[in-house]
Amino acid sequence: MKKVFALVMAAMMVVAMFAGCGSSSSADAGTIKIGMTGPLTGGAAIYGTAVEAGMKIAVEEINAAAGEDGLKIAFQSQDDEHDGEKALNAYNTLKDWGMQFFAGAVTTGPCLQIAPETVEDQIFMMTPSGSSDKIANSGSNIFQMCFTDPNQGASAAQLVYDQQMATTIGIIYDNSDDYSKGLMQGFKTKAAELGMEIAIETAFTADNKSDLSTQVTQCKDAGCDFVFLPFYYTEAAQVLTYADKIGYEPTFFGCDGMDGILSMEGFDTSLAEGLALMTPFNPDAPESQEFVAKYQEMMNGEIPNQFAADGYDVIYAIYNACVATGVDGATSAADACAKLEEYFASCTFDGLTGTGMTWNEAGMISKIPAAVIIQDGKYVAM
Amino acid sequence: MQILQYLINGISIGAVYAIIALGYTMVYGIAKMLNFAHGDVIMVGAYISFCVTNYLGLPAIVSILAAMIVCTVLGIIIEALAYKPLRGTSSLAVLITAIGVSYFLQNAAQLIWGSAPKNFTSIVTFKPFSLAGGELVITGEVIITIVISVLIMVGLTLFTGKTRMGKAMRAVSEDRDAAQLMGINVNQTISMTFAIGSALAAVAGVLLCSTVPTLMPTTGSMPGIRAFTAAVIGGIGSIPGAMLGGILLGVIETFSKKYISTEFSDAIVFAVLILILLVKPAGLLGKQVQEKV
Repeated sequence: MKKVFALVMAAMMVVAMFAGCGSSSSADAGTIKIGMTGPLTGGAAIYGTAVEAGMKIAVEEINAAAGEDGLKIAFQSQDDEHDGEKALNAYNTLKDWGMQFFAGAVTTGPCLQIAPETVEDQIFMMTPSGSSDKIANSGSNIFQMCFTDPNQGASAAQLVYDQQMATTIGIIYDNSDDYSKGLMQGFKTKAAELGMEIAIETAFTADNKSDLSTQVTQCKDAGCDFVFLPFYYTEAAQVLTYADKIGYEPTFFGCDGMDGILSMEGFDTSLAEGLALMTPFNPDAPESQEFVAKYQEMMNGEIPNQFAADGYDVIYAIYNACVATGVDGATSAADACAKLEEYFASCTFDGLTGTGMTWNEAGMISKIPAAVIIQDGKYVAM
Repeated sequence: MQILQYLINGISIGAVYAIIALGYTMVYGIAKMLNFAHGDVIMVGAYISFCVTNYLGLPAIVSILAAMIVCTVLGIIIEALAYKPLRGTSSLAVLITAIGVSYFLQNAAQLIWGSAPKNFTSIVTFKPFSLAGGELVITGEVIITIVISVLIMVGLTLFTGKTRMGKAMRAVSEDRDAAQLMGINVNQTISMTFAIGSALAAVAGVLLCSTVPTLMPTTGSMPGIRAFTAAVIGGIGSIPGAMLGGILLGVIETFSKKYISTEFSDAIVFAVLILILLVKPAGLLGKQVQEKV
């Protein structure tokens, strides 16, 4: 038995060695190396696979357009299973491969684990979708493509105020999730500034979210005509279904995590009619069509969500920066990082998730918040 | 009126826990093992029902039957492959294997159906009853779940009490060696237990997802653990106990969410478990069995 085990181990090591050779042989000045980690399997895989596909589309487009002599991209993605420990391993694998730019991670937890490492290694990091404000604050080399949670929550409150959507506000949030808490706090602070009163604030946690009927009933009892749902569409679908059952019809308002609710398999989209959400990316907009078509071809007809678009934009942002600052495959990661840091402090970027994007010195993005409302099963700009 | 609405919500989720707990208690009572994969068999049942209604377009009742058949076969296979070889070894080994089976099922489901959550369409089609001018709403799912859980409880009690197979099960539960000496096929009896338990799991899966529509590979794990708690509160091994424990757990959970905190409901539920076990170590309806040394 031991012999067999030893043989298997030896065989695996040989295979690993060859695998290592294969991926590291492509280093040359004309190709920059971008690495990404994200949950490609596991409970959060829907986000990781979307970002990965969006990035791959961008890489293909760039490499096809670059021609013979243009700057190309070598791209590698690693699975982190939305787990901090695995994310570090994945990051180290990418470093061994010779990664110059880190275009990850997808979810906040792994981002926070990896961020200090990138600071130490002086590797430029731009997360497509890690939205905690702690990420960008971890170091000057770290940038975000999506809104930070408090900023998004605040802009949601501003929007609600401007559009006069609410008289009595209820909030349901996930108290075990940084994303949800950040949004809720941003919303609450801004709402207080604007003089909007919050009638009820009720929470759930990851462990007891399998039944949200109490929280919905509480909002109904408080007479809320507007309910803010700063969490992901999985739980939102539950809230909408239960509200429909008990005949409760306030205005529901979600954030970017709500994006994807219409493509949820088995979901009765008529329940989402009138639901408003903040999303930087609208797959029904004319300028998104080319990307949507490519994505559907790659992902068996699935409609891309904003994560895919964020991933796509990150690759273009890094590539454009490299072209503008003359960074190529021969530049060391630390030099490239310094140049890109300087570049992003003053650049403007137009992408799928917005136009005229800029970054502040902390690396947080500023773009015009866009909200849509669901009408006839489609996103309509608000 | 408000308090009644929360009571109904509590009973609604409690009845689902009760059906899951019936499966736990049945397998524990007879095979003397904690089948931690039970929650994941529930999830498989829900997925099968989802596929049959959404992809094949067949009516709900067919989907439930299909789910029951698939889960029964799955239960027998799991028992034969994972638990039977370990019969006679330490109960810890079986417990760890059960946890392994649980992970296996979750990951297999993710491979087959993907990690993106699906929204389960409720099997109940009739409209909710609205009483007191819309202040009190009783959904169809509540009624169906309670009716089915009572039916299952009565059915199981009759089955284990009256039928030949049921008597054999009780005999195996009481003394496996003596039962074998009396000519009872122990392996077959235990397989049968798993078959019934898994068929119940399929029903539980469909009802769980009709009440709470989110269906994903981990859907069964948390309700599974709660139902296990319910079975322990009621007295594990006792069929009416599972029912009582389930409803009690659902109501305590909902009331603690309403009156104490929506976030600490779990802590409160498990504190109640500890209290009950301190006062009645065998659970509310459990029998205190003297271990002969």
